[in-house]
Amino acid sequence: MSKLGSADNPLKVAIVGAGPSGFYAADALINSDLKVEVNLLEKLCAPYGLVRTGVAPDHPLIKKSIEKFAVMAEPKEFNYFGNVAVGKDIKVDELKETHHAVIITMGAETDRKLGIPGEDLKGSHTATEFVAWYNGHPEYREREFDLSHETAVIIGQGNVAADVARILAKTVDELKSTDISQHALDVLKDSKVKNIYIVGRRGPAQGAMTSKELKEFGDLRECDTFVDPSEAILNKSSQEELSDRNGRAAKKIYELFAGYAEPKKPHKARSFPWTRAYEKPRKCHIQFLRSPVELKGNKKLETVVFEKNALSGDPFKQSARGTGKLEELKAGVLFRSIGYRGVALDGVPFHDAWGVIPNDKGRVLEEHESELVVPQLYTAGWIKRGPSGIIGTNKACANETIAELMQDIDKLDDKKEKLGNKKIREILDKNNVRFINFIQWEVIDKEEVKNGKPKGKPREKFTYTEEMLGLLT
Amino acid sequence: MTTVVTDNCRGCRFTDCVSVCPVEAFHVDDEMLYINPDVCIDCSACVPECPVEAIFEEDDLPDGQEHWVDINEERSQETPNITETLEPLEGAEDKREALGL
Repeated sequence: MSKLGSADNPLKVAIVGAGPSGFYAADALINSDLKVEVNLLEKLCAPYGLVRTGVAPDHPLIKKSIEKFAVMAEPKEFNYFGNVAVGKDIKVDELKETHHAVIITMGAETDRKLGIPGEDLKGSHTATEFVAWYNGHPEYREREFDLSHETAVIIGQGNVAADVARILAKTVDELKSTDISQHALDVLKDSKVKNIYIVGRRGPAQGAMTSKELKEFGDLRECDTFVDPSEAILNKSSQEELSDRNGRAAKKIYELFAGYAEPKKPHKARSFPWTRAYEKPRKCHIQFLRSPVELKGNKKLETVVFEKNALSGDPFKQSARGTGKLEELKAGVLFRSIGYRGVALDGVPFHDAWGVIPNDKGRVLEEHESELVVPQLYTAGWIKRGPSGIIGTNKACANETIAELMQDIDKLDDKKEKLGNKKIREILDKNNVRFINFIQWEVIDKEEVKNGKPKGKPREKFTYTEEMLGLLT
Repeated sequence: MTTVVTDNCRGCRFTDCVSVCPVEAFHVDDEMLYINPDVCIDCSACVPECPVEAIFEEDDLPDGQEHWVDINEERSQETPNITETLEPLEGAEDKREALGL
């Protein structure tokens, strides 16, 4: 057989998960010096992962990165298999038999748990559920969120927490021209939520959201943002953190928090009589140094019990410890957003404590800190390095993985014929899986854009898989 | 709003930023990089990548650096697109040290 990666013996690679990392890995392979065949498998019909189902609808510019991914799908070496759940419809071992390498880029699908009593009460949700729901993810289409109580609580202060708060804080008028799903808009229209609490366990010098997300809270049309001035006061270690070179980003974020602690000037009403001063009807309260210790309620969430924390330790090594002082907040709905974590996939090692696949620069290891590499298996993106970084960060991450894979090229050649996409089709047909290719996805995509037009939206997403498949008959 | 490359890039051109840009917005000349504001999606992925802290979101530009908005816009039209990292310019490490970074 000719050398692996030559025209008559292309390197065949299966990639599991069509989010940014999956596309960046595919693109790096196709642009390498080798001849390749790339088969990208995705459990939903729609590609693009969190760019489609995670990025907030009111951040349309970020979603423009999709245009680049669509171009990456054009080469003849690229095959898309949408609506295929790896592990169920086709096994990882089957992909390994039919490809030289398999790259897992399935992201971090779930949230970390708080681990407190009452966490499973009705009204207590994960932020990811809510985000996936308003972004039209088919698996979350039927979730219900009760927004009939005036107070909503978000646990965590990262960018996902910020997105959830903003969607609750904005009016339907502000959201209706975005690609937010219609079913979410219908529920938000009747929302009674007036008080939104965004609660973090540490202080304003340890903020986890980006300054860009934080600034947006100053521009909400019908919601004012508050920080209690007494909570903007820093201890000595935090002051030292902010005056350190490495505290530049944190300092910027702290200054924004502190800005929300200043007294608000009255706003001017936008409609006649335009000179009238008014107070915005919704309030967003950013609170620090509190950890939820219990959720209470009769069948559904009624009260969140917080313990006040204090920071102790040297600069950059401070930890938040409970002070024993409790306080209660009446609330009807709670979203926890204390970090994503990955989910294990059958046939692939998993490091449960971190929620990632154990790996060395993308080469999958038998277990965490093991030196034993699992042949043929690679990983990239959040399931490789944990849930940090944004879309573009995954480009560098996937490139690192592909560079390692290329170094292994001689080992990947087991001199057996790999049937690649032909065999995938055969297995899926045998298992009665209705999979779609990229051209079929583009049919769905065009229809979504068309359905958005009359509403002035960039698209109206299909939220049921059957609806999408129905277009293709 | 956009994201801009400023003076610190000149003579360094580390190009780490290029490896994380999701839309290939960077352009290059012999001295430094520029961001095309019509292509940039304001994701800020590049900002923390720069070893010499040359990249800023437009409204975080330090005082006296505002002219870089126009320079990025103009120069990105006149210079070639860069999509892969390059070796830093000779003397880049010296300049980084001189900047105290």
